[in-house]
Amino acid sequence: MGHGDGRAHFYVMDYFAQQFINGISLGAIYGLIAIGYTMVYGIIGMINFAHGEIYMIGAFIALMVVVAFGIGEGGLVIVALLSALLVSMALTSLYGWVLERVAYRPLRGSQRLAALISAIGMSIALQNYVQLTQGARVKTLPPIIQGGFEFQFGDTDFIVRLSTLQIMIVLVTIALMAVFALLIARTALGRAQRACQQDQSMAALLGVNVDRTISLTFVMGAALASVAGLMVTLYYGVIDFFVGFIAGIKAFTAAVLGGIGSIPGAMLGGLLIGFTEAMWSGYFSIEYKDVATFSILVIVLIFLPTGILGTPEVEKV
Amino acid sequence: MTPSALLQVEHLTMRFGGLVAVDDVSFSVAQGAIHALIGPNGAGKTTVFNCLTGFYKPSVGRITLNSPESQATFLLEQMDDFRIVREARVVRTFQNIRTFPKMSVLENLMVAQHNHLMRASGWTFLGLIGAPSFRHAEAASVERAEYWIDRTGLAEYADSEAGALPYGEQRRLEIARAMCCDPVLLCLDEPAAGLNPSETEQLSELIGYIRDHHHISVLLIEHDMSMVMGVSDHIVVLDYGQKIAEGTPEEVRNDPAVVQAYLGSDDETDNAADATT
Repeated sequence: MGHGDGRAHFYVMDYFAQQFINGISLGAIYGLIAIGYTMVYGIIGMINFAHGEIYMIGAFIALMVVVAFGIGEGGLVIVALLSALLVSMALTSLYGWVLERVAYRPLRGSQRLAALISAIGMSIALQNYVQLTQGARVKTLPPIIQGGFEFQFGDTDFIVRLSTLQIMIVLVTIALMAVFALLIARTALGRAQRACQQDQSMAALLGVNVDRTISLTFVMGAALASVAGLMVTLYYGVIDFFVGFIAGIKAFTAAVLGGIGSIPGAMLGGLLIGFTEAMWSGYFSIEYKDVATFSILVIVLIFLPTGILGTPEVEKV
Repeated sequence: MTPSALLQVEHLTMRFGGLVAVDDVSFSVAQGAIHALIGPNGAGKTTVFNCLTGFYKPSVGRITLNSPESQATFLLEQMDDFRIVREARVVRTFQNIRTFPKMSVLENLMVAQHNHLMRASGWTFLGLIGAPSFRHAEAASVERAEYWIDRTGLAEYADSEAGALPYGEQRRLEIARAMCCDPVLLCLDEPAAGLNPSETEQLSELIGYIRDHHHISVLLIEHDMSMVMGVSDHIVVLDYGQKIAEGTPEEVRNDPAVVQAYLGSDDETDNAADATT
């Protein structure tokens, strides 16, 4: 994403503004994925390493729906995107639900390591499932949302581009976050999730169906990841069966940075990771952007294991 | 036993490997009465509770609840823990305090009304758009919660985090929360533990109030004998997992087997022994 054409001129303000915009768009996407990690950790104390694959499946489903519509003009694009969003959310949620039911619920109550290994196994299985059914080649989607705004600060010939798609990504993310925050804070389901996070067996003794609450947590995380999948497909225009791996680990880094278990933390972590990546690509080296992100993971785990907004109590069953 | 019994426990046995924690215990709890389950430490009282509320699956025995309203009969030993609360409406509290420490007192009581609110929120979607039916249900839940907050004297703490409450208040919060589940049988596991005499007095009044004004049966485990003798209608005495006596407070107090069990036990039950003699 680094726009190398500006580098030679070194127009500090403009260049920074461009990376800032790129960073926010990317960060919003990481944040959406990171919420899935942090919610699942919050409620059952386990890292769902197959979450990146759920996101990848969401991207594939979205791509298929968009392609099925054919890439038209005007009104049809909106219909295609809305259908892609809804179908992808619904089907990806189903994947999330089945994943929990098949790979994690039977292991609940056993050692933590068992569920973790199961998660890694599911991650590999889902990658190969998509590779077998969809092929190993990258899938491309020509840009269907074009246009945007261009700015120039001062007398430079560097143009800062803010695309319609970037605006859309940020707006959709903000809207989803608002709905999500409302759900957690105000509805019976959100309250049950918070109760299960604190004391599962007590929640059960007050009549809360803990298994179902956990299932719905996976469903919600998967739905958010599928939205991220759709947006990435539109943003980069290429996906393959392996995109979930790197994006998943980066979103996991975001969740850890923000404080695992904390939902605002996941969003904040996502933004910070997005920024880091955009700035690193812009000012240092685009080839080493992943190194920068994972260095953050290492540093945070060593020096700030509870993350920025996390609570100190890490021990959970 | 009496045909009008709310709860009937028959031949309840719970084994953990070679250890028999509860051995062929039968008793019943009458509708609208306070029953106490007493006995020296390790007698198996809490194990009985754990079997009643689905924490353990008993090795042998049948636990029947005859719901007074729906006329339905539930076999508790076959039900999952959340179903026992949701359908049979048997609710318990714990010996050690188990509030949701990071939620406010009010929210603790709202969790107890989860199923009702979940239905009213139309699987969350109606709740998200703030539909009138959901708001109405929520207002009713808040009202019920506030009723019990007032009854348990927690009004000044309604919006505080439960974990920050003083000990005695946390105990009362647990009872308020259990009452918000709309139980037909309330099981209290040592509710007076750690309370001072005046708090214990208040607790006895609260338990009496629950029976008299809400016609809810209470099953009580308690070591504070003056409280047990004062508040109970009927007492069941366990020792080493077996039922050694039952009857009114007067009958139990004078039962030689009970005196023997308490006086013959180790120093941990000194307080209880002092109180019985």
